[in-house]
Amino acid sequence: MSEGEAGGVGTSAGVASGEPIIVVRGLTKVYRVGEVDVHALRGVDLEIARGEFVAIIGVSGSGKSTLFHILGGLTPPTAGTVVIDGKNLAHMSNRERTDLRKTTVGFVFQKYNLLPTLSAEDNIKIVEYIGGRPTKFTPEFVGVLKLLGITDRLKHKPRALSGGEQQRVAIARGIVNRPAILLADEPTGNLDSQNSTAVLKVMKDLNERTGQTILMITHDPEAASYASRKVHIRDGRIV
Amino acid sequence: MASIIPCGSGVDLTTVLNKLIFANLTHRPVRTLLSVLAIAVEVTMILTLVGVSHGTLDSTKDRAKAVGADIMVRPQGSSVMSSLSGAPMPEAYLTLAMQQPHVAAATGTVVQSLQFPDSITGLDFAAFNKMSGGFRYIKGGDPVDADDMVVDEDYAQQHHLKVGSKIMLIAHEWNVSGVAEGGKLARICVKLKTLQEIEGTPGHLTLMYVKLDDPGLAEQVADQLKGTLNDNQIYSINALMDAYSISNIGMLKDFIWVVITVAVVVGFIVVFMAMYTAVLERTREIGIIKAVGGGSGLVLSILLRETVLLAIGGTLLGIVMTYGSQWMMKRFEPGSLVQETVYYWWPIAGGIAIVGAVLGAVVPGVKAVQQDVTEALSYE
Repeated sequence: MSEGEAGGVGTSAGVASGEPIIVVRGLTKVYRVGEVDVHALRGVDLEIARGEFVAIIGVSGSGKSTLFHILGGLTPPTAGTVVIDGKNLAHMSNRERTDLRKTTVGFVFQKYNLLPTLSAEDNIKIVEYIGGRPTKFTPEFVGVLKLLGITDRLKHKPRALSGGEQQRVAIARGIVNRPAILLADEPTGNLDSQNSTAVLKVMKDLNERTGQTILMITHDPEAASYASRKVHIRDGRIV
Repeated sequence: MASIIPCGSGVDLTTVLNKLIFANLTHRPVRTLLSVLAIAVEVTMILTLVGVSHGTLDSTKDRAKAVGADIMVRPQGSSVMSSLSGAPMPEAYLTLAMQQPHVAAATGTVVQSLQFPDSITGLDFAAFNKMSGGFRYIKGGDPVDADDMVVDEDYAQQHHLKVGSKIMLIAHEWNVSGVAEGGKLARICVKLKTLQEIEGTPGHLTLMYVKLDDPGLAEQVADQLKGTLNDNQIYSINALMDAYSISNIGMLKDFIWVVITVAVVVGFIVVFMAMYTAVLERTREIGIIKAVGGGSGLVLSILLRETVLLAIGGTLLGIVMTYGSQWMMKRFEPGSLVQETVYYWWPIAGGIAIVGAVLGAVVPGVKAVQQDVTEALSYE
């Protein structure tokens, strides 16, 4: 059941424009594990409006991570339609999905996933490089870094940063190429409560001040409460 | 705060990627150094073998040239690289040669091989001096007694000999009568008659040297001598100089290729192991790069650039190590093999190292490219 809006489809308050940036229809995903077919998603319908901050809530095994992987172009769907910012993922080749990750989707992972050998700054810049953009920060992005509170930590390597700082660097990395949507998979899963609160506030601020569309996967209702809309997933279906 | 961010600094697009590549290499310094060292050994193997081949041939060539002859007569069946032994040519050939038009002088030597690469040469010092101007002595002079011996300075240094020293060679005790500058005819020289008697070949020669009144007629006189001296190998010195090249010595060329092949295999295995381990270790990082939009080409490019850097580092270190091997050879074995620095082989050895290394990186590279992003990201 969707809280705030009905049926898991709709728009939130805040800076949402009402125009859907993600449209999912009849999405299914079947994994083959040995001789057994595992139905991870069983016909998901979902719409997310531009500028929304949506939390997908579900327990372990509910299919939320699979949804994250498909929306991020990390794995192809088995059936159904997924349109992100006008691009249909259903029949995309590997190369097209790579391009989608380069230009349209940004990621924040539970385990931060920063490159350990690069500084925080270079972790962000390498994504700019991969995206084919100049590796210099625009004044607007400098403002975002200030908002994230990491401007004085950019020269440090990940091992010298706290979990909360690493996750904020990961958020900066996720949005540096101005993706249509930022996907966050359990972004507070590895953080203590203080750092979790800081990261969630930052994401909420980012959504409200810049209009960045955010889709957050979480099992934590408290984390989900920072989102403007909550969508529940259970047994591969939106409920 | 903003001042620490290089806003508008115009950083080169490739700088960040180069930083990543460099950081990857320095992240595991021992593995990187061992890889570089192994490639360096590969390059040293190649450059040392090529250097010794060129050095030995060139020194042989220079010694022959320094005799001052225009024509050399070698026994049937001998080659420029094979050790000479025995004395199949009668000394009467010298008289026959002297009867030919334009022949100004003729002398012969007996050569007995010792432990490779040394040999002892018997010569008629009077005739040799007339033809070549003689040895330039650092100490002592030509043999006076039958058991006297002349050695060059490198052989003297290696074997700790000086004038008056005694040395046992071919079961005979010799007395060093002179230490000469190197580079002429042979390192160890004795009287012709003495060596002929010891070898049981009195009146016979191993090699003949012929000097003409007009060096420009060398080819013509060589052809004349071929009809007179029973099909022995008769070369003008210029033709002989041309014969002293690696491309003309099939056995040596083949040996160099065998060593190069072994070197490439060594480089391949080392880089394969290093990069395969690196790919396994960096599974998660490869997943991250792919997740943020890095394609297969980028992942492969990072690995290949790292590999090429290893190969370049190994090549540079290999060149330095080759100078080390050259120094050691000169320092500890000055009287044996001669190693030259063959500069045009530097890029060839580097190219061989890069090819071997890149071949070694192919399988790890394909493994990296084929990694599933979601599995890579969950790799612990």
